[in-house]
Amino acid sequence: MTMRSYFPWVAGAVLVAVPFVYHSPYPLHIMIQILIWSFAYTSWSVMGRFGLVSLGHGGFMGIGAYVTALLWNHVGLSPWLGIPVALLAAGALALIVGWPCFRFRITGHYFALVTLALSGIVLQVITATRDYTGGSLGYTPERHKAGESALLALQFTDKETWYLIALGVWAAGLYIWHLVDRSMSRYALEAISEDEDAAAATGVNVTKEKLRITVLSAVMTAFAGALYCQYQMFISPDTVSGISVSLQMVFAVVVGGIYVSLGPTAGAIITLLLAETLRISFGTKAVGWDNLVYGVLLVLFIIFLPKGILGSLMEVRWLRRQATSVIPGGSEGAAANGDALRPDPSLRSG
Amino acid sequence: MQIFDIYLLEALINGILLGGVLALLALGLNLIFGVIDVVWICYAELIMIGMYAIYFLFTVYHLPFPLAALIAVAAVGALGALLHYLVIEPLLNAAPINQLLATGGVLFFLQSAATVAFGIDFRNAGIRLPVLNVAEMYISYARLLAFGAALVAMVVVYLFLTRTYIGTAIRAIAQDRQIMPLMGVDSRRVYFVTSAVGGALAGLAATLLVLQYDVHPFVGLSFGPITFMICVLGGLGNMIGGFVAAFIFAEIISLGGLYSDLEWGYVLAFAFFIVMMFVRPQGLLARRS
Repeated sequence: MTMRSYFPWVAGAVLVAVPFVYHSPYPLHIMIQILIWSFAYTSWSVMGRFGLVSLGHGGFMGIGAYVTALLWNHVGLSPWLGIPVALLAAGALALIVGWPCFRFRITGHYFALVTLALSGIVLQVITATRDYTGGSLGYTPERHKAGESALLALQFTDKETWYLIALGVWAAGLYIWHLVDRSMSRYALEAISEDEDAAAATGVNVTKEKLRITVLSAVMTAFAGALYCQYQMFISPDTVSGISVSLQMVFAVVVGGIYVSLGPTAGAIITLLLAETLRISFGTKAVGWDNLVYGVLLVLFIIFLPKGILGSLMEVRWLRRQATSVIPGGSEGAAANGDALRPDPSLRSG
Repeated sequence: MQIFDIYLLEALINGILLGGVLALLALGLNLIFGVIDVVWICYAELIMIGMYAIYFLFTVYHLPFPLAALIAVAAVGALGALLHYLVIEPLLNAAPINQLLATGGVLFFLQSAATVAFGIDFRNAGIRLPVLNVAEMYISYARLLAFGAALVAMVVVYLFLTRTYIGTAIRAIAQDRQIMPLMGVDSRRVYFVTSAVGGALAGLAATLLVLQYDVHPFVGLSFGPITFMICVLGGLGNMIGGFVAAFIFAEIISLGGLYSDLEWGYVLAFAFFIVMMFVRPQGLLARRS
């Protein structure tokens, strides 16, 4: 065992130990938020890295959050059962929209715009059914017992419990990312993103592969939404659904790095810390400033650093290692297609 | 039953008038896509900037409305050219989806720049146009004006594309972007002019929308998505298709809104869009190959 193979376990142990040593609620709150959003961004990148740019993930997140909360408030169904129902709903929606999309070869721009319509629909439905969902004013799951934790209702008042839950979910998200990364599907999907016809000709079932990854990604995103709802105990259409949330996901992943497993996490850390810093240092005057900086950064990143911060760092390291080792011609491919959001052979695993 | 029919007719007519505005919104976006092959996700935000420009010129600096409108159209046109120069040109050879995401970044930027500069208040230019009362039906004069302006703009753009030298070059580039530079057409200049014209159309849309709606930094979100859907439904880059799709969409929204809330009209229209994507993925008027 080398130093490198120990590293994830050591880092994991440190992360698990944090809430037992450190009890300050505000930093814990920030960390929980980072973990939950990291999981959501990882869910997006599971399919986004194969060129399937979806702007509908705000919709899936909204379904995860609202279905869970609505079942709890109106039917009294515990989130332990409500969340699976919400995940099923999101998966079914992904299937309904995804199947025809992939069957009829809706790709690129068109796929992005169809999924954009999907998040628009979810937002409008939530707003239109304001008698049940509270509309744009937002919605609060009822407290099981005021001021107390309740395992049945998945409501915890202490930040430590939430931190451990979010950490576990985040780690599971990374594990799923690696499972996909090591599966045969990954090669199939990379082939599809390069050339659908050629992939189909070599025996890849294009529709099935795309559909599987889309449903997986949608279900994970819905889970992130449900978790966010249970933690915050307040959801509004603007914070968990709609186009801005979808774009926020894309933005964080692009900034962090789309082809590396920790890229979305890096994106979440950067964007949330930026927003918090601006909020603390400027207070209410900061309204809008964080998005202003995001917008400029997003444009700059896509133009100058399309692989994201972490992706570019890893590429530099990879190039250095290639330069010192004696594999001839190894470093040529890496710099070649740096200007496209496309799987790069140099960044196989995070 | 008698009264019900009047409402139905009123909704139908208002749908047609709304269709005119939507057609104008789609026109600029279609022009950009057809020629440069780029989707400006931030198109509705350009309109929002134009609405603010008119609001300030008209209410704060007390310019006459036509002059304010003219300045706004020119300013948004310049903004369109600037957007192309700063964001699109460096990405012309990148993957199309990168261009789309970069304009998504511009969307964030413009929205929050407006929030920072003007605050999140709803502002109204305070122009009250009369409501026409024709045979017991109420028809908004502002919508009628928008409808007329949209038709005129369509004709002007058509004449520009067919009767001028640069217009011919634009159409030629749209047909084959590799060959035309070899024929001596300056493709950079053509893209530039197209972006400026697309921006100016957004400015014109702003002029018409400011008569009907309040301005706030997020106003773009209320009609941005629908504009994209109209363009896709009509076939991206297909201006006639976009025109037809705008009227179909407007009727669905208007009639859907008649039977229940306006939001349900939008939900219906969005659902219709998704269904149509599967029935006619290349757009309503796509030629069958």
